Formats: sequence, C-alpha cells, structure tokens
Amino acid sequence: MDSKDPLEKEKLYELTASGLLSAYERGQTNSSNVLSCFSKRIKQVDPKVKAFVKVIDKPQQENETGRLSGIPVAVKDNICIKGIETTCCSKILKGFFPPYNATVIEKLKKEGAIIIAKTNMDEFAFGSSTENSCFGLTRNPWDLECVSGGSSGGSAAAVASGQVPLALGSDTGGSIRQPASFCGVVGMKPTYGRVSRYGLVAFGSSLDQIGPFARDVSDLALLLSVISGYDDKDSTSVDVEVPDYSKFLVNDIRGLKIGIPKEYFAGSDGIAPEVKKAIEQAKETFEGLGAKVFDISLAHTKYAVSVYYIVATAEASSNLARFDGVQYGHRSNNSSAVKSQIIDMYKRTRSEGFGNEAKRRIMLGTFVLSSGYYDAYYLRAQKVRTIIRDEIHNALKTCDCIIAPTSPTTAFKIGERIDDPLKMYLSDIYTISANLAGVPAISLPCGFDSGNLPIGLQIMGAPFEEGKILRTAYTYEQNTPWHKKRPNI
Amino acid sequence: MFLKKELRHLGDLARIEFSDSDLEKYGRELDSILDYIQQLKEVDVERIKPTSHVMCLSNVFRQDVVKPSIEIDEVLKHCPDRKDKFFRVPKIIEEIENF
Amino acid sequence: MNRIPLGIKRGRIFNKMELEPVIGLEVHLQLATETKLFCSCQVKFAAEANSKVCPVCLGLPGSLPVINRKAIEYAVKVALALDCTIGDQVKFDRKNYYYPDLPKNYQISQYDMPLSYEGHILINSENKDKRIRIRRVHIEEDAGKLIHEKEYSLIDYNRTGIPLLEIVTEPDISSPDEAYKYLVTLKTLLKYLAVSDCDMEKGSLRCDANISLRVKGEEVLGTKTELKNMNSFKAVKAALEVEVKRQGRLLDEGKSVIQETLLWDEEKRTTIPMRSKEEASDYRYFPEPDLVPFAIEKKSLKEIRSSLPELPREKTKRIRQAYKLSEEEAQFLVTEQDMVEFFEDCNKLFKDSKSILNWIRGPLLYEINQRNKTISELFIKPEDFIKLIKLLKTDALSNLTAKSVLTLMIDRKKGPDEVINEEDLVQVSDEASLIKLAQEVILENKESVENFLSGKVKALMFLVGQVMRKSKGKANPKKVKELLERKLKEDKKDA
Repeated sequence: MDSKDPLEKEKLYELTASGLLSAYERGQTNSSNVLSCFSKRIKQVDPKVKAFVKVIDKPQQENETGRLSGIPVAVKDNICIKGIETTCCSKILKGFFPPYNATVIEKLKKEGAIIIAKTNMDEFAFGSSTENSCFGLTRNPWDLECVSGGSSGGSAAAVASGQVPLALGSDTGGSIRQPASFCGVVGMKPTYGRVSRYGLVAFGSSLDQIGPFARDVSDLALLLSVISGYDDKDSTSVDVEVPDYSKFLVNDIRGLKIGIPKEYFAGSDGIAPEVKKAIEQAKETFEGLGAKVFDISLAHTKYAVSVYYIVATAEASSNLARFDGVQYGHRSNNSSAVKSQIIDMYKRTRSEGFGNEAKRRIMLGTFVLSSGYYDAYYLRAQKVRTIIRDEIHNALKTCDCIIAPTSPTTAFKIGERIDDPLKMYLSDIYTISANLAGVPAISLPCGFDSGNLPIGLQIMGAPFEEGKILRTAYTYEQNTPWHKKRPNI
Repeated sequence: MFLKKELRHLGDLARIEFSDSDLEKYGRELDSILDYIQQLKEVDVERIKPTSHVMCLSNVFRQDVVKPSIEIDEVLKHCPDRKDKFFRVPKIIEEIENF
Repeated sequence: MNRIPLGIKRGRIFNKMELEPVIGLEVHLQLATETKLFCSCQVKFAAEANSKVCPVCLGLPGSLPVINRKAIEYAVKVALALDCTIGDQVKFDRKNYYYPDLPKNYQISQYDMPLSYEGHILINSENKDKRIRIRRVHIEEDAGKLIHEKEYSLIDYNRTGIPLLEIVTEPDISSPDEAYKYLVTLKTLLKYLAVSDCDMEKGSLRCDANISLRVKGEEVLGTKTELKNMNSFKAVKAALEVEVKRQGRLLDEGKSVIQETLLWDEEKRTTIPMRSKEEASDYRYFPEPDLVPFAIEKKSLKEIRSSLPELPREKTKRIRQAYKLSEEEAQFLVTEQDMVEFFEDCNKLFKDSKSILNWIRGPLLYEINQRNKTISELFIKPEDFIKLIKLLKTDALSNLTAKSVLTLMIDRKKGPDEVINEEDLVQVSDEASLIKLAQEVILENKESVENFLSGKVKALMFLVGQVMRKSKGKANPKKVKELLERKLKEDKKDA
C-alpha cells in the first residue's frame, strides 16, 4: 500500500496495531474512522463468533499521546474496568460494577488505548474451550463448529477475526496460549510477577498472569511493553525494569540454543499427528535459521496436570468464597419464609450463581485443603511443584528457550469434551508447566491441519527473558507464512 | 471414592447445595479426577520444600500513610440490599464467629 | 494432652474440692496504626458507617493485600516485651470460613509460621511472682461490625482490615482472679508500648477465655469450654467464676462437660450456650498466595528492642528501691506511664518522695479524675508542681488553698506564683494582721467567746472559721487558732 494513499476505510480492521499507528502518523486516517470500521466489523462478524460479552457504547480515549494512542483494545471479562459490568461470565457476578480500574487498564488508558469491549471467557477462567460461559460459547473463526479454546477464547477469537487488533487475556494453566493456538494468533503469558494482578479477578493466585493477544509478534511486544511493570498494589509483582520489548524484534537467532522436552513426545498417543509434524517442521526451520535444537528432559511433566488441578482449585475455592450475594452480584430471591438465615442465602446464591465447572473445581479445591487431606494432597502437590519448577529453571540454564506444541490437538468440536472434565484438563498438559514454574511462554501459529485449523508453537523462556522469547518468535514468524493467513469470515 | 455424605460435607464447607442427582454426577467426575491425581504418590518428596510463591520475593511492605477511601455509594448503588450507608442481609441468627 | 471427660473416666462423683480450674486466655489487640493492615484506609474509631473502606478491605474481586510495615513493627514490640521468640520466617495464611462480617469469607491470619511464640509474662499471684507462658503472638486482620435489627442485619466494614494482635496464653492461669490479674498486668504493659489504646469499651482490646477443670495435682486436662462476649476485665473474672461453678456442678453430678462456646450475658450474669455452632470449623488453612513471606532483619529487631521503654515490672522494682516505696505505692504509680514519669521528674527537683506521692495520689489524682484526662493532658509542669509543694511546706499556703491553686494552675496553664498573685492567695501568717482580725471576730461574736471560755472547745473552731472567712481563706488556720486561744485566755485574765 502506497503510504500516501488514503486507506480504505472498510479495510482498516485488517491492519495490525503497528499498521494503524503508522497510518495515524502519516495522517492517513483518524481514530474516529478506525473505531467506526471496527464497529462495523463487529456487527458483521460477532453474531457468528460471539467473542464479546459487552461492546462498550461510546468508548473513550483518555490520552491523546501514548504508545497505543487510538488503538482499540478488547479486555477479558475478568479484568476490572471502573463502572463497566465485570462478570467473569458467571451468573453470580452479573450486576458487579467495579468502582476501580485494574492496574493494566490504567496503563492502557494512560497510553491512549481505546477499550472497546469485554470478551467472553470460561466462567471464572475455569475451562479450556469458552464453553463454560453463562453467556454462551465463543466459536472458532476458522471453523464455527469448533471451540475457540479457553479460557480466554473471546479475546483470541476477537483478534483472529479482525474485530480488534489487540486484546488482553489471563493465563493460569494455558488460558492465553491455548486459545491463541486454536485461533491462529499470538498470545503470551508473561513471567509471574511481570504484569500486575491488581484488578484481575483471582482464580489461581500463585499462577495467574494477565497477558497480551495480537496478530503478530511485533504487536504483541508493544502491548506487553505497555502492561508490564512493577505495581505496589500487588505484593507478588516483581520490581524488574521493563525493557523496550520492540528492541528484541530482530530477525536473527544464530547460535540460539533451543531445547525440546522429549517427554512431550513420548508415548505420542495424546498428541495429534499433524501437530507433531508441525512442531518437527518448526524444529527444522529453527535449525535452518542457525539455531541449535536438542532434546532436553523434563521428567516430571506427567505430574503437571495433577499438581495444577490441586493447587489451582485449592486457591480458587478460597478466592471464590467471597461470591455470596452480600455486597454485589447475584443474591438469591428464593427465601423460605420461616427461616431465612444468612447461611441459606449463601447456599442458594452460590448454587444458583455458579456453573457446573465452577462447582466442580470449588468442590475439588475444598477437598484438597480439608482437614485430613491437606498433607496428602495440597502439601504434596506444592512439593511436586517445587520439583517441576526447579526442573524447568534448570533446563533453561542449558538452553535459551524451550519449544513445544501449545496443545496436543487443534481446536476440537463444540461439545466434544464438555462432559469429560478429565479429558478437558489433560489438554492443558503442555501449557501448565510454565504456570507452575512462573516462566514466560508464548504461542504463535506454526501451521494448519488438514481441516484448516491453526496449530500453535509454544516457546518458553527463563524468568524475565520475554525479550529472548520475542526474538525467537519474531525470527520464526518472519521466516514463515503462517501469521499472514486470515480466517475466511 | 467419594461418598454422598462426604460430598454434602464439602458442599456445606463451600456453601453450595446439591440435589441427589447432582451429587451422583459430581461424585463420579470427582472420583475420576481424584483417581488420576493419585499418581502424585509416586513422587519422592522427602526433603522437598513446598512452593507457595514461585518467585522468591520476600519482605514486601508499604508505608503507614493514609490514602483516601472510596465513596461507598459507588458500591452500595449496585448492592442487592442496603439501608442508608449499610449493606443489608437477612437476619443473622447464629451469633458470633468473630465478635 | 489427654482430654478425657473426667466424669466418665473415673466413673465416680467428684468432690468439688479436688478440682482446680485450668484457664487459658486469648486477647485480641487492635493496633493503633494510621492505616489498616493490608490497605491504606484510615483506622478511625466511630467513623460514619462504611466511610473508611476501599476495594481491598471490602474484598472486592481483583483486590490484593499489601502489608503495613508499621503494624509489623508494633507487633514485634509487643512480642519482644512479652519475651517471645520472633519467627525466623514469617508468613500469612488464609483462615477460611463464611460470615457476613468477613468480606472475602476468609481471614488473612497466621497459622504455622506466626510472628512470634514462646514468651511469658509475670503476674503477682498470692504475693509471689507467677509465670504465665505466652504460646504465641500473631497478626491478623479484624472483621467488620454487624448491627442486628429485627429481620435484618446491617454490615459496616470500617473495621475490616484493622490490624489485630492475637496474644494466646498457655493454660497456666489457675483461677478467675489470676485471669483478672493477668489482664491488668498485660494491659499495663501494652499501654507502655504505645501500640494500642487498649480500651475494652472501644473494642480495641477483647478477651476470650478457655476453661476446664482438672483434678488437683494431675496433668490430665478436662474438657474445655470457650467463653466469649465479656466486655470488661471484671466480666471475664465473673464469667469464669460462673463457669467454674457450672462445670464443678456437672462433674459433681457425674455428668460430663461438653466442649462448647458460651456467651457471657452481662445483665443476667450467666453464660449461655451459643446456638448451634457448627461442628469444630474446618478452617482449611493454607499459605496466603497474595502475600510473600517476610523475615525481620536483625538490625530492625535490635532497633525495636532498644526502642522499648523501661517496662512496668522493671520500673516498679527500680522505683521501689530508689524512692523507698511500698509495692502498692509503686504499682499505683507505674500503672500509668506518664504518672510515674511525672513522679520521677518531680523527684529530680525535690527529694521528698513521700510528699510528692501524697500530692499526686491526692489532689492531682482528683484533678485527673474530675477532668477525665491523663497527667500529660493536664499540662502541668513538674517544676510548678514542686513549687506548689514547697510553698505548702513553708506555710505560705494552707492545704486547702494549695488545692485550689492547683486547680487554677491547671485551668489557666500557669505556675503557682502567677496564680497566687492573680488571686491574692498568699497565706497570711504575720501576727499583726491576724491579731487585728482576731480582735474583730472576738468583738463580733461575744456569745461564742463566752461559750469557749465556759469550756465549749467547739466554739473556738467556729471563731477560727470566722477569721478564715474575714481573711477570705488566706489566714493560716493553725496560727489563727493559736492566736485566738492566747488572746481569749489573756482577755479572760484581764477581765
């Protein structure tokens, strides 16, 4: 496109955020046009995809300057925006209007971003398919009969379908990376403590991180730069300087050491053959670009899902105790005339308000913390977590980054796993370890299967080595065609 | 194997009530998950310290300086039930957990 | 520790005399920090409902706690004063239970790695020192306040998140009276540390008690009950006395004591079982993931330790010796830190500890009580106080006048000389002026004079009173009496 040409208004949604920023700079368009274009796109596409739970009426740009000036952004519905209903896609939080902004929202606003919508998610981030939302599911833009992944399915699908150039999600066990993989976009879980959790409705407090979705690595680096940083309102936030991540967008990985965990491919019954093939091809691509790829061992990989489903549900069962109808959200109207006590109000409110997966996890979490079982389950899981964490940190001393599939399969069909929770949980096998270890990890497209569904490649790095991951991802991206493909929607 | 009684007890602890058929369903699901989780018994965890915090931070404090509180009407206006500046709930017959 | 119901174990009826109370006390102390434990809302007593709240202390979704450093310092002060060991690694845990005054339905408290443990405090029991062991001192957040109406309950979250110290004793207390003494001793100590206003009426100091009975001389403990809702130290003692009797009666009758929680009813002076408290709550403690552990640096510990004031026990011992006071006198002074400081400051200026003590215990204490203030709030300087005492000693003022002068000194925030000049109160002692007044009075009260001369001694006092009136209280009453007696006898002779 000639930089002097006026841009086709209707096609503005095809641009990346960086593209939009350049267009602004060149005076080729303005934010009003951009917003109107995305608004049209949303009206056209979202009835099919249902990525959004709320499109904000008259979205505001609070700062004319800033690194994201005039760029529309969508935000997962578990991140608090002042005065905007935040439901975590749960019945129990309908009617909750936070009186404050999450720190990441303050940062976005300060940098001139325009928040245009809240995106769909699995209720309270419990899920890997965005089928557990009280508002209904989000469909995969590449195949509307398939899931978009979860729990940040709405954010991933919104970016994939060109309804918004950038989005925020949250990742506790893979909830950014897996939907990114299913929807063919780039998504990253930062190092634990890199991005403030203040204002993120907590699920697994020691695992949660807010992270960016984008169409390509460059855009992702930009959004990551904006949301990262120490926050004194979050005691688990780490005071490490935020580099300018765009400086890592260098097309060069010569000499880079890349590890592939052999356990991820052992007994390959779980992993789909086309996914396996795509990763092997990616390996070859990396070698062709001058990197050294070799096997590493993460021997305790097989325990990751168990550890996760003990630790995360335990924390969740406690984090969700506050939803009782007292201050906000749903409160049961159902009161037996004779003995309307507070305990009944709690029970009815919570039974009515929570979905099945939420109840399941709360029960499991309550169980592993309960008297008599704490040592055998929760304490033991925390110890195995230490082993897994150390294993990954040590492996990352022998290589610059680790690559792996993001998910053992591509997007599965809607309804396929909803009745088999364990099967659903096991699809998180490759992503969970990064949360247990607190390390950063990205997912970006590395191919398509025969059903034209995207395949995701995951790159993990050592704590606070987001830069190295970005360089690796950027180089791979620039030397492959995947990021240019768009779903036909 | 989760007994119905155990599940009801967990429900009590979590303030969630279940119908009998619900209990059966959850029982089955939780059983299968719990069976899977038993694999952790294989791991030798002797001498391993548990991880509560994955980044080794410590001594995070703040200064004892007053900052403005929020205007409670912002919260109360969405509250299911209120009286003046108070949140209102059904009568608490059970007295004192924390006096 | 075996908790076998005594009645069942022995299968026989006990003689009440064989049993002794075993009491443990749990004190909750609100710390007087500016802000709450985990957020920057102001800590303020009696603020308008829900005016000191924020997302953190309301427990709104997405909010996160951040530890108030000052609360930890205050807590360490208390722990050190109670001779506790400070934990090497300290962390917070979540105590999970549901209650409307708990916005998150969990309380951030401490479980297995508390701030401090294994301390002690000495109390005076039966004229001996008795060591009450402190099991632990830990920090946690306070809950909100509930107001119960007919069909509803109202919630005020101002109090949620205020830092609380929980001070738990071992069951070393052997009687309700000892429990009372423990509380008084503890409160005096805590006030010295200036970390809390220690006021049971305001709720900044609360106490729960655990009590069981056991056979004298044995180790095996009986079943304990928990007593709550006592609003004063006296109430704690009274509640324990009632419970000792109740448990004793049960065991006497061969019945067993049930482990339960009882509420003290101040009006009815009795304990009432709490209705249907759930079976011992399963709090499902686990480490608070939103807060990282901490360790008190050795340097800070040293600083805090050296910042501790001389504590009541040491002070009592020292001033007894230094000023030759009785135990009771010393304890009286030491109860309020600013009073004993005032006493010592006065003694530096004038070495008459007895007079100073008497004047503090008498007129000054009167002013303190009348005005409902502390010594420091009276703004009376030791120099001025001493001046007043010296004036009294030199007979420049009568006792009565001196008391009035003190009142005015405090009212006007002035020294005695100024006040005396303003009020023209210098005691008149010179004979010439007094004789003149005496003569006037004698002339004006012939009847009383005759009464006195005929042996009615009381009449003399009346005449003295009249002279005092004429002099507007300034006359030296002793001298007046002397002079009157002399004059009347002289006059009689003359007559």
